[in-house]
Amino acid sequence: MSDNITTAWEKMQIIRNKNRPTALDYIPMIFDDFFEMHGDRYYGDDHALIGGIAYFRGLPVTIIAQVKGHDLAENQYRNFAMPHPEGYRKALRLARQAEKFGRPIICFIDTPGAFCGVEAEERGQGEAIARCIMEFMTIKTPILSIILGEGGSGGALALGVCDELAMLENAIYSVISPRGCASILWKDASKEEQAANLLHITADDLIKMQICDYKIEEAENGANTDPHYTAENISKFIFNSLQKNLQKRLDELLELRYNKFRRIGEFETQGL
Amino acid sequence: MKQNIFSVVRNRFNNGHDVKDKKNQNIPKDLLFKCTRCGSTVFMDEFVHNGKICPKCNYHARIGARERINITVDKGSFIEFDKDMIASNPIDFPDYSEKTKGLREKTGLNDAVVTGEAKIRNERIVIGAMDSNFMMASMGSVVGEKITRAFEFATENKLPIVLFTAAGGARMQEGTISLMQMAKTAGAVSKHSQAGQLYITVMTDPTTGGVTASFASLGDIIIAEPKVLIGFAGRRVIESTIKQRLPDDFQTAEFLYEHGFVDMIVERSKMRRTLAHLIKLHKKGNLEGVTDNE
Ligand SMILES: [Zn+2]
Repeated sequence: MSDNITTAWEKMQIIRNKNRPTALDYIPMIFDDFFEMHGDRYYGDDHALIGGIAYFRGLPVTIIAQVKGHDLAENQYRNFAMPHPEGYRKALRLARQAEKFGRPIICFIDTPGAFCGVEAEERGQGEAIARCIMEFMTIKTPILSIILGEGGSGGALALGVCDELAMLENAIYSVISPRGCASILWKDASKEEQAANLLHITADDLIKMQICDYKIEEAENGANTDPHYTAENISKFIFNSLQKNLQKRLDELLELRYNKFRRIGEFETQGL
Repeated sequence: MKQNIFSVVRNRFNNGHDVKDKKNQNIPKDLLFKCTRCGSTVFMDEFVHNGKICPKCNYHARIGARERINITVDKGSFIEFDKDMIASNPIDFPDYSEKTKGLREKTGLNDAVVTGEAKIRNERIVIGAMDSNFMMASMGSVVGEKITRAFEFATENKLPIVLFTAAGGARMQEGTISLMQMAKTAGAVSKHSQAGQLYITVMTDPTTGGVTASFASLGDIIIAEPKVLIGFAGRRVIESTIKQRLPDDFQTAEFLYEHGFVDMIVERSKMRRTLAHLIKLHKKGNLEGVTDNE
């Protein structure tokens, strides 16, 4: 499908479809023998962010994923894919295990953002995300991240420190929700559409800015119309990317990962 | 001269019928300080004389980055890094160029952080201070790059780094590029840490959003000034989610201290002394009576 005509706002309508496949839908289509692991070993188990071990075409891998629900009950259970600190601490725990056993890590990002609430603050939401970001920078095993739908701010970035970042064709990745941006900018949250098209949050935008490395094609009219087709494309990306990254020496891999983020930023020098 | 103006205002205030007089209620705002924590109004000269600390509740109000560095480091020791670095407008965000240009002229700052090297009680350090006068000290490319370079300099030169953090969050006008600054700075912290060097964070008012969720929370030692606001999510966002008013002490330095996210709360007047001690404590030493070569 050619998506040259789809704006950020149109993509947002596609990814808001409640039938859009989540990581839990894709996992059985892409991996074998998935075992889910639970808990951060400090406080509890977060249902918005899941993780476990599975085979990818015969290779053991660790999967870490934010998961939305398909209906209200499931969304309440998954907290609308907004993790608490224990979610990020679970992610880090599983990443450390992946490093120990030499398994590559595959992250699926799909969140409006980290949860904003009293308990999240009490348990250190900021610290949990910060530590995840910092530690993923030096995890000694290849890390791939794939944004399935919404890549909302720091809560998404916590699973986005990786060797290669892919986005599904209709996914977005943004520092602030377009709604939040509109309400700050124009004091009018209903101007969401204008804000969405202003923020440069689509895969094409982010490939141009060298933030995203690869765009994964979805089925016509969105991934939900043919989840298997999209899963096949995700699988191809994972295969190609693992093949490439597993060949690198670990010190080289980490240096490249550091530089992937180190070079992002645009500024000027006064007087030049 | 200034003293006179203050005393005139004070007399008007203390004088019942004068305060009722409409004309006299128009006391210039900059002569008064209204505390955002406890709501008290005090005279600006009293507040400034007190080191910009609320005399009623001990809230440590915001001070500028240069002032902060001045009261922290040895006189004349500060050498600024990247002082000509200014923001560009990477996603052509409306009015962003005009806004940053206007603020550069108004504040005398080039962006929301000042970094450099200095000495504190003769110990060489790298220091950075964020300034909420510049777009609420939000982090865009300039803040991210300057912080990263400061860490890289500290790593190369084996120096401790002290950062006074403040931030309203990431700078949305630079889109996803500002989000990436969180990863970039956290990566630089990691390299400095792995080189065995000391990083002290001093959280000042307000430290929130993407800065809290990156380098601000990653210090070996985390200090906060009394009563300052520290958090990830905005108070109003949480209040609208839970549909309840939050207690006044929510997201204060003391709240974070209670929940185990801050090592110590230090008064501004004791900050320089405390930092100097902590930096000295991180130098290698020998057990008394034991010689170097065994
Ligand atoms: Zn006060």
